[in-house]
Amino acid sequence: MRFKTVAIAALATLAASATVAQARDQIRIVGSSTVFPFSTTVAEQFGKTTSFKTPIVESTGSGGGMKLFCAGVGTAHPDITNASRRMKSSEFDKCHEAGVTDITEVKIGFDGIVMANAKDAPSFALTKRIIFLALAKDVPDPNGGENLVPNPYTKWSEIDPSLPNVEIEVLGPPPTSGTRDAFQEIALEGGAKTFDWIKAMKKADKAAYKKVARTVREDGPYIEAGENDNLIVQKLAENGDRLGIFGFSFLEENRDKVKGNPVDGVDPTFEAIAAGDYGVSRSLFFYVKNAHRGVIPGIEEFVAEFTKESTWGPDGYLVDKGLIPLPDAERSEGAQSANAFVNLPGV
Amino acid sequence: MTDTSILSKTDYHTSEQAERLLKKRYRSEARFIFYGRLAIICALLILVTLLSSIFLQGYTSFYQHMAILEFDLKQELVDPQNTGDPEVIAKADYRTIVNNMLREKFPDVTVRRDRKALKDIISSGSDLFVRSAVMADLSLVGTRATIAVPLSDDADSVFKGFIDRTLPEDERRVKDNQLGWLDQLSEEGRIESRFNMTFFQVGDSREPELAGIWGAVVGSALTLVVTLLISFPLGVATAIYLEEFAPKNRWTDLIEVNINNLAAVPSIVFGLLGLAVFLNFFGLPRSAPLVGGLVLALMTLPTIIIASRASLKAVPPSIREGGLGVGASHVQTVFHHVLPLAMPGMMTGTIIGMAQALGETAPLLMIGMVAFIVDVPTGITSPATVLPVQIFIWADSPERAFVAKTGGAIMVLLSFLVIMNLIAVMLRRRFERRW
Repeated sequence: MRFKTVAIAALATLAASATVAQARDQIRIVGSSTVFPFSTTVAEQFGKTTSFKTPIVESTGSGGGMKLFCAGVGTAHPDITNASRRMKSSEFDKCHEAGVTDITEVKIGFDGIVMANAKDAPSFALTKRIIFLALAKDVPDPNGGENLVPNPYTKWSEIDPSLPNVEIEVLGPPPTSGTRDAFQEIALEGGAKTFDWIKAMKKADKAAYKKVARTVREDGPYIEAGENDNLIVQKLAENGDRLGIFGFSFLEENRDKVKGNPVDGVDPTFEAIAAGDYGVSRSLFFYVKNAHRGVIPGIEEFVAEFTKESTWGPDGYLVDKGLIPLPDAERSEGAQSANAFVNLPGV
Repeated sequence: MTDTSILSKTDYHTSEQAERLLKKRYRSEARFIFYGRLAIICALLILVTLLSSIFLQGYTSFYQHMAILEFDLKQELVDPQNTGDPEVIAKADYRTIVNNMLREKFPDVTVRRDRKALKDIISSGSDLFVRSAVMADLSLVGTRATIAVPLSDDADSVFKGFIDRTLPEDERRVKDNQLGWLDQLSEEGRIESRFNMTFFQVGDSREPELAGIWGAVVGSALTLVVTLLISFPLGVATAIYLEEFAPKNRWTDLIEVNINNLAAVPSIVFGLLGLAVFLNFFGLPRSAPLVGGLVLALMTLPTIIIASRASLKAVPPSIREGGLGVGASHVQTVFHHVLPLAMPGMMTGTIIGMAQALGETAPLLMIGMVAFIVDVPTGITSPATVLPVQIFIWADSPERAFVAKTGGAIMVLLSFLVIMNLIAVMLRRRFERRW
């Protein structure tokens, strides 16, 4: 009998605290770990300069963020999700099924993905095609012909005689990372497309094409170094023959240890990425759940803070954190539609 | 005289072969001891390397270089109506005051780009330091006050010796003109290295010089209190029932096997359970120490139950028989005689379980405690993060100065763990009884 009362009391306490959870006066943000440094900087600034509470930013990865964001409307679900890629149509559909039908998309800027090595090591003049040949699982037969063979290359010089005669050893992020997704999609697939017959596969058999173009080799030369980019930088500094894949902001912070290699003749510099000349870069986004406007205080003000020139402009504080701003026209247009909370019609 | 060595041989050994065997056994014993010592030396070396690398990396986070500057706290900027009202003064525009100070101190810096570079040598949170100095002494309003503000993380690294001045300018985080200004301040004696109080007073920040560990310490403490309040009574009660009262049958066997299995379940599984049960079903708030504590309590329960049962088992049966013999009931025997004797062992087990819970991140990921949270938590339902999560977030940040913060946070976490384990050892020493 007594046990029963205790159990009921415990459940009642849980239920009571559940009702407490219903009221929320703090913005909740989830999503990409790439956008995390920018989102948190804005959140902190927002908390300091307004009377609203500092938003809580969780680093769940782009996909994880979308899942939480699209789970439904209500204070138990996050208000904003960050993504280092656009929302997928499957995610858009999921959102709509769960009643999240009014979403505003805000593109905040670019992030370059660099292929870096130690500062004093020789420079690698890379192209997307070389990256594909070096890191894809199956590559076109080096003896000619339109057939695929398991990647036979072990040294860079085998791919292109102008490259150093060293073992291919590339440290990069694991499959759970958004950086990896983007790298596969932009660099590897970009390289695969330079073979006309692989490009032709896209029309014939899209799934097979994607598999060829985006699969990373698993026989050793590509080393999954974990999500921690600082660790990759450290390992590059130790051994000059290695290359590493990480975001531009880590290159910026570690210029004294590592340098970025040119891809298709363009160095990964701030200007080149901002102008869209550097090929391996991607756009960063956040998505706002408009149904929460007016329910959770401060969402409008947070979006306004994020889209201010002094935040995301070329002289804004996000640039100091490694964000590469959008071109002027796109930025002012983006700020307008963001602050008007234009509904995303579809993706 | 006969040969003594032959004598002794025949004295102790029956044959040459036996002697050889004996030698062999001695050799293998010596080898074994050598291997054992080698293992311990290896382990110690690894531990020393680990600890010293953490220390070398982290000790710089405990001090911070401050710039001692003179701020003109003009009446019309701080409190134009001369109200003297702290609320008005708190809301004043201290950013402008900081900018004015820089303009006054370095009048020849006029180009916009250089002004920005100049602004970057002191912390972007300098205005908050000026404000708190004013709030602490309202009589400063309208005067010129000397206030210490932190240098930015990059400028701080210059004085900590992390910036190589010989590098070409474009490879250096701190540019030539910034180095010039810093040298000027340093020559004037305006740069001072102080104990980094901020680190122990505030929550997280994106600026390394403004980031603190206190939010995470409070979060960890709140989480552990919830864990302790739930897992200790439940664990001890379970252990007492299973050990002292439960009948030995298939059901209790099954329960026992399950408890032992649970102790080996990867902790992320408990996080998934927490997400499904506490967040989705009961609708408890995300990122709250309450939920974190519940999840960690589930994780530590098996440890506590197993340790408690072991210490109950270690109480000799004669104590129970004595209790029952003088007419005490079964419950009285257990609670008056057995439990007090088993308590030190139970507490040791509990503290070790708590120490384990203190170091967990994986289960907390699922329930939203891996998050950027600036405010120091105020209760078990306010959003919080914990020490190991803070370490993880800092280790993953691009800013170089967070490497030192990471080391500093690891040192704080390690010292908590050492303290908890010391308490466990002391409890054992003080109260343990041997029979």
